[in-house]
Amino acid sequence: MPTITPAFADVAASDGALRRFLHGLPGVDAVGLEARAASLGTRSIKTTAKAYAIDLAISMIDLTTLEGADTPGKVRALAAKAQHPDPTDRTTPATAAVCVYPDMAPTAVAALAGSTVKVASVATAFPAGRASLAVKLADTRDAVAAGADEIDMVIDRGAFLAGHYLKVYEEIRAVKEAAGAARLKVIFETGELSTYDNIRRASWLGMLAGADFIKTSTGKVGVNATPANTLLMLEAVRDFRAQTGVQVGVKPAGGIRTSKDAVKFLVLVNETAGADWLDSHWFRFGASSLLNDLLMQRQKLSTGRYSGPDYVTVD
Amino acid sequence: MGSPFEYAPAPESRAVVDIAPAYGLFIDGEFTEAAGGKVFKTVSPATEEVLSEVAHGSAEDVDRAVGAARKAFEKWSALPGAERAKYLFRIARIIQERSRELAVLETLDNGKPIRETRDTDLPLVAAHFFYYAGWADKLDHAGFGADPRPLGVAGQVIPWNFPLLMLAWKIAPALATGNTVVLKPAETTPLSALFFADICRQAGLPKGVVNIVTGDGSTGAALVSHPGIDKVAFTGSTAVGKAIARGIAGTDKRVTLELGGKGANIVFDDAPVDQAVEGIVTGIFFNQGQVCCAGSRLLVQESVHEEVLDSLKRRLSTLRVGDPLDKNTDLGAINSAEQLARITALAETGEAEGAERWSPECELPSSGYWFAPTLFTNVTQAHTIARDEIFGPVLSVLTFRTPEEAVAKANNTQYGLSAGIWTEKGSRILAVASRLRAGVVWANTFNKFDPTSPFGGYKESGYGREGGRHGLEAYLAPSSPEGEH
Amino acid sequence: MSTVDATTRLSVLKTYKLYVGGKFPRSESGRVYEVTDSKGAWLANAPLSSRKDARDAVVAARKAFGGWSGATAYNRGQVLYRVAEMLEGRRGQFVREVADAEGLSKQKAAAAVDAAVDRWVWYAGWTDKIAQVVGGANPVAGPFFNLSTPEPTGVVTVLAPQDSSFLGLVSVIAPVIATGNTAVVVASERSPLPALSLGEVLATSDLPGGVVNVLSGRTAEIAAPLATHQDVNGIDLTGADEVLAKELEIAAADNLKRVLRPRATDWTGDPGTHRLTAFLETKTVWHPTGAVGASGSSY
Repeated sequence: MPTITPAFADVAASDGALRRFLHGLPGVDAVGLEARAASLGTRSIKTTAKAYAIDLAISMIDLTTLEGADTPGKVRALAAKAQHPDPTDRTTPATAAVCVYPDMAPTAVAALAGSTVKVASVATAFPAGRASLAVKLADTRDAVAAGADEIDMVIDRGAFLAGHYLKVYEEIRAVKEAAGAARLKVIFETGELSTYDNIRRASWLGMLAGADFIKTSTGKVGVNATPANTLLMLEAVRDFRAQTGVQVGVKPAGGIRTSKDAVKFLVLVNETAGADWLDSHWFRFGASSLLNDLLMQRQKLSTGRYSGPDYVTVD
Repeated sequence: MGSPFEYAPAPESRAVVDIAPAYGLFIDGEFTEAAGGKVFKTVSPATEEVLSEVAHGSAEDVDRAVGAARKAFEKWSALPGAERAKYLFRIARIIQERSRELAVLETLDNGKPIRETRDTDLPLVAAHFFYYAGWADKLDHAGFGADPRPLGVAGQVIPWNFPLLMLAWKIAPALATGNTVVLKPAETTPLSALFFADICRQAGLPKGVVNIVTGDGSTGAALVSHPGIDKVAFTGSTAVGKAIARGIAGTDKRVTLELGGKGANIVFDDAPVDQAVEGIVTGIFFNQGQVCCAGSRLLVQESVHEEVLDSLKRRLSTLRVGDPLDKNTDLGAINSAEQLARITALAETGEAEGAERWSPECELPSSGYWFAPTLFTNVTQAHTIARDEIFGPVLSVLTFRTPEEAVAKANNTQYGLSAGIWTEKGSRILAVASRLRAGVVWANTFNKFDPTSPFGGYKESGYGREGGRHGLEAYLAPSSPEGEH
Repeated sequence: MSTVDATTRLSVLKTYKLYVGGKFPRSESGRVYEVTDSKGAWLANAPLSSRKDARDAVVAARKAFGGWSGATAYNRGQVLYRVAEMLEGRRGQFVREVADAEGLSKQKAAAAVDAAVDRWVWYAGWTDKIAQVVGGANPVAGPFFNLSTPEPTGVVTVLAPQDSSFLGLVSVIAPVIATGNTAVVVASERSPLPALSLGEVLATSDLPGGVVNVLSGRTAEIAAPLATHQDVNGIDLTGADEVLAKELEIAAADNLKRVLRPRATDWTGDPGTHRLTAFLETKTVWHPTGAVGASGSSY
């Protein structure tokens, strides 16, 4: 595969070169980053802006079920919800995708046939990623063969933390190749990377290796998407496009449960990466319970009265 | 290129504040008319709407106020510290209770965004009273000798940029140490001080301990030159500060001066760039740049000059200028027509002297006093805009090549109030911080304030410190060392 | 060869000179004035400093400021202690000069000189302690490390007391330089000789040239240009009378010099710390901290 851009042709020539590049990225001051994220969180999004944001947020959801207890029935219910989130209001947009384990991908593909909703499948021994490359690639090919439009892979955090950046890079490239036409989301598990400097490095590593999306988390660890780590990743995709011309999407996942939170994330997108990312092609929410809260807020806006959990569907 | 995500107006309600059509002077616990019956109008700088009519204090009124403060001093200074503390705690709590009202009031009278009055000014005001309340019964342990005594009556003159916060900085330590005060708020922002008078009433503060005399520069001059005061505390321009210093020469009056600045914000090539850009923005656009410690000179290392400038310009394009009461507004109105004229004139000088002017596209309201966020590049130390305090949303960008050059340029000013350092290298922070001649140095942050943190300048930025244990010193007569009497 | 009887030997008189920038120049004016003892008997001629001497002294003091303020507090303490050592060795000379200058008995003059030596020792010990007494960490309500430290104000003009030619002199110089300031000292107008001799001690005490500069002459004449000088940061008015002090304080406002007003002082008493703190600035430095690993990605 060709390198992503001549500007960074030599970056991955060796482990040492990649390390020098990643460690040469500007540092991140944690307090300043969090203060900026908090400050954007105080934006007051009302009336028409709120209506716009809620519909946009719904359209950006990767409606997710990633449980050992998943069944075809559960996945079909989710697929139905994704296409028509609010059965009482057909103007409600569909979600962006349904996100499942690879063995559930065929069910999801069947259930979503003919709709705009994509099928996203996690792969690469999600969520730990502790498997051989061969297994990870097989996992990926399996999902693609089942018809997944998007692959959500996890990086080898162990290799990253041990400083084996080239190993992580090459693994992403291999998965990208295996994914073929499917769009590749690269999950960093930011809660395990632990520092903002690491998140910025991982972002660039992922983008250099060909990620179509960079994604915060699996949703399976203590700390998942936060305004600060998402802001940081938005800065990374913004800077990456400025330097390479290549636009990469961002997906915060895990822990975003309320409309208020979702709107805050959209403000981050709007004021950091910019309007070009205000589209489900470039920004996603990895979430499940968020959708119902958005739907209740949507009902409140259209009817003027507060809704309740009995007026949205349990799936 | 407009974003599809347009934020709808989100105005804070004005209904929480009830501004009377007229206010008198607050002397000896009562609102009274000015001796000559003179009044002046205070307007909302965002709309030029008249908010209220306020009494114009004369020398005679100042005399009355000083007399009231003198009379109150005897009992107030004799109160046990713990009792004084409780009054201050009460005040702090009432401020917290009424903070929404005060935030809206301050935004109306000053023109600054509600986001700032709500999230910065008011929390700091309450915290300041809370902090100094706790000192009132611990002065023996503050390091100024055993049983340090209050000075007497403090004459305090404050500026319009942080009306209530500057009031808190002045009144809280004065009262905690047992002094009484006569405070003159700025001519263009008298209202929050008058509301504070009502808070004193609610707190049951004894009459005459706090007196508020509104007026203009002549009122302030009458106050600082009044022979009956023991202490002058002034925040404002360096020119007036110098006049005060001359005026008190040969007297026993003590003085603290918190004056102008031309803070350097130094960005090294290994800075955390995104946070540095935020710090630059906070440094010069917080409160429309009407901040004495503003980072009005950006010193950026040549090797990252373009990168930082590009980021900064992109960031400035997201600033929201407009209705200060809108919760999404980042930049509000300039405080007065006079200040707007000064900023405008200095910016024109910048252009005339060959600096390159840039502002993001932004629509300014048609009434009120407005100035778009502005930055000047190709600025050198010789430019007027690199030397004179502009006190507005105008940033001068200069470059440097080495840390030595950065320090030399940063210190090359008559002022010495604040400075910023942006680098990820710890030893560089410490080395540069120790060489900067400035009273407050923010490393990898900017414009942070806290009641525990001493604030004040070197050189012509004034003397004395406000805040923290240091802030007590300005209001205490140290117990004499044995040799001195 | 014949020898001269000690009683008839003509003594070698000392030419008193200024102490500026570590050197001993004559006054640029080329003028001197008569210094007499308390009974009016001629003691010596002292240089009559001019505005230009004052200017040169400020240049020297400014030049020395970087090095002296940048020296470690420990080093400054050692130097101040060295001054005490050197002074002790020349005790006899100073007792004689002080006795002549102030009309004191040998015994009282000796007490004053001893107290002055001890004062250098007192301030030698302060150099590395004052920062701990007046500085410290501030517990701000946020994720920031916040530290206030005292720093020297800069170049300070010191008008030495008129009445106490040596103990008073040492009591006003030592605290100014202990904290890292450099000084332009205007000696007691009537009794400048101990101050000029002190220059000779300072020159041999490892004190870098320019840290202390000693001028003699008419206090009012020398002080006026120093009070208006834009490159002087502070002024101690101890040696000025009420009228002069007011005049100088007004002039000092031009660049907002830090002013220490004169007040009646018993130089034998406990000096306290106010002369140390009078010419200190407080610098407060903030830096973000953040918490280690608290949110999973916090620093």
